[in-house]
Amino acid sequence: MSNEQFRTCPESGLQFHKPAENLMKAHAVVAVVILLLGGIAALLVTLTRWPAVHLLPADRFYQLLTGHGVNMLIFWMISFEIAILYFCSSTLLRCRLATPKLAWVGFGLMFIGIVVNNYAVAGGNASVMMTSYVPMPADPNFYLGLILFVVGALIGCFIFLATLVVAKDEKTYEGSIPLVTFGALTACIIAVFTIASGAIVLVPTWLWSLGYINNIDAAMYRVVWWALGHSSQQINVAAHVAVWYAIAAIVFGARPLSEKVSRMAFFLYIAFLQLASAHHLLVDPGLSAEWKIFNTSYAMYLAVLASMVHGLTVPGSIEVAQRAKGLTNGLFQWLRKAPWGNPVFSGMFISLIGFGFLGGISGVVMGTEQINIIIHNTIYVPGHFHATVVIGSTLAFMSLTYFLIPTLFRKQVAFPGVAKLQPYFFGLGMSVFALAMMGAGTLGVERRHWDMAFTNAPLAFDYPASAYTMMGIMGVGGMIAIIGGAMYILVTVVSVFFGKPVESESTYGTATTQLKRAEPIVVPEGGHEAAGKWGLAAPGTFVLAMFFLVTFVLYYAVNWKYLASVWPMS
Amino acid sequence: MSAIQPPAARAWWKQPLDKVEGTWITIALVWSLIMFFMMPFWHIYGKQNLSSEAYKTTPQAFMAKTQAMVDQYTIRTETDAKLPVVKPPPGSDVYLLGRLWQWWPLLELEKGQTYRLHIGSMDWNHGFSLQPVNINTQIVPGYEMVLTITPDTSGEQTIICNEFCGIGHHNMLGKIYVTEGGS
Repeated sequence: MSNEQFRTCPESGLQFHKPAENLMKAHAVVAVVILLLGGIAALLVTLTRWPAVHLLPADRFYQLLTGHGVNMLIFWMISFEIAILYFCSSTLLRCRLATPKLAWVGFGLMFIGIVVNNYAVAGGNASVMMTSYVPMPADPNFYLGLILFVVGALIGCFIFLATLVVAKDEKTYEGSIPLVTFGALTACIIAVFTIASGAIVLVPTWLWSLGYINNIDAAMYRVVWWALGHSSQQINVAAHVAVWYAIAAIVFGARPLSEKVSRMAFFLYIAFLQLASAHHLLVDPGLSAEWKIFNTSYAMYLAVLASMVHGLTVPGSIEVAQRAKGLTNGLFQWLRKAPWGNPVFSGMFISLIGFGFLGGISGVVMGTEQINIIIHNTIYVPGHFHATVVIGSTLAFMSLTYFLIPTLFRKQVAFPGVAKLQPYFFGLGMSVFALAMMGAGTLGVERRHWDMAFTNAPLAFDYPASAYTMMGIMGVGGMIAIIGGAMYILVTVVSVFFGKPVESESTYGTATTQLKRAEPIVVPEGGHEAAGKWGLAAPGTFVLAMFFLVTFVLYYAVNWKYLASVWPMS
Repeated sequence: MSAIQPPAARAWWKQPLDKVEGTWITIALVWSLIMFFMMPFWHIYGKQNLSSEAYKTTPQAFMAKTQAMVDQYTIRTETDAKLPVVKPPPGSDVYLLGRLWQWWPLLELEKGQTYRLHIGSMDWNHGFSLQPVNINTQIVPGYEMVLTITPDTSGEQTIICNEFCGIGHHNMLGKIYVTEGGS
């Protein structure tokens, strides 16, 4: 075996380890293929829920909705995240990846799991939605596929952790691990918790579906399942926040305002984020108010606090970097002069704004114990999580892809004009889509429902015309987002498989270099505050943050007022 | 490119906070605590709190209780399927069961009166979504949830199933009629 396994990317200065590179490519390619499958399902599902179109028959709708959910929320996300974990360990730390062969076993298990699960859903006997609440039965292969996938992902997590150990042991970096790797470590720790919960709930369910176990308590299933279902979305949050920091560093050379604050915020995620599986159980029978309040609020909204901190420090660090380059006019010159034509940046920034304003606020509001009564299982819920998982995580991963195409795949980005517009189509279309769903949900429209007109039901009910309008707007926003998704697939597939190689040389050798500490901060004359205003290093970001807070407070208050209008109950 | 490099300072944790961060953390923490205490506050002063009263049950036991209520208090039937409309006395225990794919029976309640509404499932998970008033709860098989409710608007309310329960899910409706009372 050749030892010439390391190359340095001349543009980015990143050092790649060949086996890690191949694994990252494999995971990323599988992820994008899954995104394509899930995207086709998304198109058909949206066209069915758009009342004026109502495309699919009911059985096909529920089947595709199941496939859309599992493929997007579990397979696409976690596949891409394993690539991110390898990138943040092996590549960022300039270290060999620990046990690449075992990593390929993990990849193989994940791949087989995806195939087995999709095969079960395609067979038509597993239209049980991603949640597969017992005792509604699914084809045993539905659970088996998920089990194989999560075991494979768990192997990936341990390889990430082992690579951190190797890097430390072989002294491939100075000082502490970079903030972005710390963020990836956060995602990995949450992933281990999530996957363990998944195994605890799915293995017995699989055995139950095979007839080896008689009964699974339906309420207990929900408690444990959501430790998989919700926590897996918390992996996404930690991962996409790490990606935000990485892109701020790559595009602007931004450094965290303070390492301590950003790392503490990640630590709050580790400590509290997983409690949020309670969000799904707020109107379940039998759980006490104390249990709900403590868990749904991540103890005392400490993980929300962490997200609000990241929401300030990421753009704040960009602002400080831009101001240090002389873009100091007014509050927002640093933002106006940002590279809006570079999809790596524009995607990341739309992701940040969308995640905060749409996903974050709606999530906290509907996760409030009592307010959940007016929102649970309405289409507001998918409205919320399309803002967090799609605008937040997926768009962040898409923007990272535009960086990885030249650095990891060594290909030029094909159709640069398309790539430039892609984040706008996807992010803005998805924003309209998510907002319209939240509007329809507020009017009581249900999620996971084939026919809001109840055409064949023995009893009748009419939603107000405004609900139909909202669902129509959702359809239009969804189509714009689908176009944005197709643009992403087009650019990535053509670039990776048919694209022109980048011009610079990056050959493999044995030499490795140690990752040095960041350069000491070059403080502008008079300090960072002098480049800012009011004694603040990032005044523009602070104004944005205050605008966010006012929006948050108002929307929160409006929902309490709405709740107060429904029937008294206790 | 510092966020993807080790921190510049060896003792990075000693770097003082920037004012913008310190201020924002304080504001965000205060807001977080307000939101936290809003929930217990509403338990004390608010009127819309979901009960945590629930019992383990079986489909047979729950069916028996519901049937007894239907036998005693049915006032009329509706639709070709002769769905019973039940008018239980104010203050009483009212039973509603969800099954593939109906809410049974239909209920008639009086405005301003308080009822103990027991909801259970005969088979799979169902979602109790009362529209247009917009009250939503999860109905889990094996458990009987008890909501103490006081309808304060009259008219027709529809119970829609909002937890996916198979191919007939979108046809699963029920009714709660609220009359002006005093009669």
